[in-house]
Amino acid sequence: MSTIGTPELLFLLRGLGWTLALTAIGFVGGIAFGLVVALVRVSRRRWLRNLAAAWIAIFQGTPLLMQLFVVYFGLPLVGMDPPAWGAVAIALTAHASAYLGEIWRGAIQAVPGGQSEAAHALGIRYRSLMRDIILPQAFRLSLPATIGFLVQLLKGTSLAAIVGFIELTRAGQIVSNQTFKPLIVFGIVGLMYFLLCWPLSLWGGRMERRMARNRR
Amino acid sequence: MTLDFGVVWARWPELLMGLGGTLFLAVSGMILALVIGVLGVAVRRSDSRIGSALVIAFVELIRNTPFLVQIFFIFFAMPLAGLRLNPTVTAIIALGVNGGAYAIEIIRGGVESIPTGQTEAGLALGLRQGEIFRKIILKPALRAVFPSLASQFILLTLTTSIATSISAFELTSVAQRIDGDTFRSFEVYFTITAMYLALSWFVMSLFALISRAAFTYPTR
Repeated sequence: MSTIGTPELLFLLRGLGWTLALTAIGFVGGIAFGLVVALVRVSRRRWLRNLAAAWIAIFQGTPLLMQLFVVYFGLPLVGMDPPAWGAVAIALTAHASAYLGEIWRGAIQAVPGGQSEAAHALGIRYRSLMRDIILPQAFRLSLPATIGFLVQLLKGTSLAAIVGFIELTRAGQIVSNQTFKPLIVFGIVGLMYFLLCWPLSLWGGRMERRMARNRR
Repeated sequence: MTLDFGVVWARWPELLMGLGGTLFLAVSGMILALVIGVLGVAVRRSDSRIGSALVIAFVELIRNTPFLVQIFFIFFAMPLAGLRLNPTVTAIIALGVNGGAYAIEIIRGGVESIPTGQTEAGLALGLRQGEIFRKIILKPALRAVFPSLASQFILLTLTTSIATSISAFELTSVAQRIDGDTFRSFEVYFTITAMYLALSWFVMSLFALISRAAFTYPTR
């Protein structure tokens, strides 16, 4: 039985660093692939739309933990053998691409259809229509939900602990097992997550209220 | 490397039991979440400043920390409350508390969408406070937020898988046992992922049915 001192806190902080890294990788990767998913989801070809819809339905209909397990154990079967953090990062990216794809699908469709028709009448091509007209507006509309998902993703990285990767929650488990002070340790760990997530939540909530006011 | 689903599927009775465990956790969690949600909204809207502040703090705290940390915390806090460590009970409490925080926000949104004139009309008709809350505010509010509540509860159903971290009896913990026996990790988790997908579709259609049965009364 030992106390919680500087070494333990530093260990937790190192875990926190990994939590932030996983969140960043998953979010950046999710933004890139999520954009593809969203565009395919509103494509003019029906089979492409259905493909994106299936991708979204699978990730929204299964637990994130299972997605981590399937990628973690599935990658070696197809000849890839990434380190644990790499497998987790791939799973989080795929997960984020589905959720962000669905959020942005909604935002793209919320931009009035008359604008696409006007652009079409002006002879503007698909690329320019999306890049210059639809996506900038959709991005603004989707910002509160996107921030909400970022919070969700940050909390979701904690599941990497179950496949044994030492991020913040796993670090907390290890320290808890060493010090036999689970409540204090998980209290500190919870507080760290809270200090990261709460400002984001407040920011997203404020933006959502402001946009709701402007609509009226 | 070749895949062998046979050794996994041979354990189907255990997998089905696990699925039953998952469903039990999910339904119990939903009921607790709904109770916490309704009580939370009642306190949040009451005249008590302290009560209202506590509910806000609870909602923010739960919504901004991971479920895994919450379930560990509750698991280790149970003995302090004089309760024996029981993974299944812990999991239900954790699911209910977590889902409850989200339910409070969702139901509150619905309650606030009810025009105050409706409450005043209830008062004018001589209904009591409790009756007004139950019949004039809560039911139309629940009807308004039912889709959000349903998707939150599907999320709760999927979240039950995290209860494996404290070894509660449910599908994922069964899968981990089979994985330990057969070393067919991918096959096991792929199989139960499909089972979760089917379960979430089942729960979704169940909610659609409930929505049609409970909330299709004329509104005007």
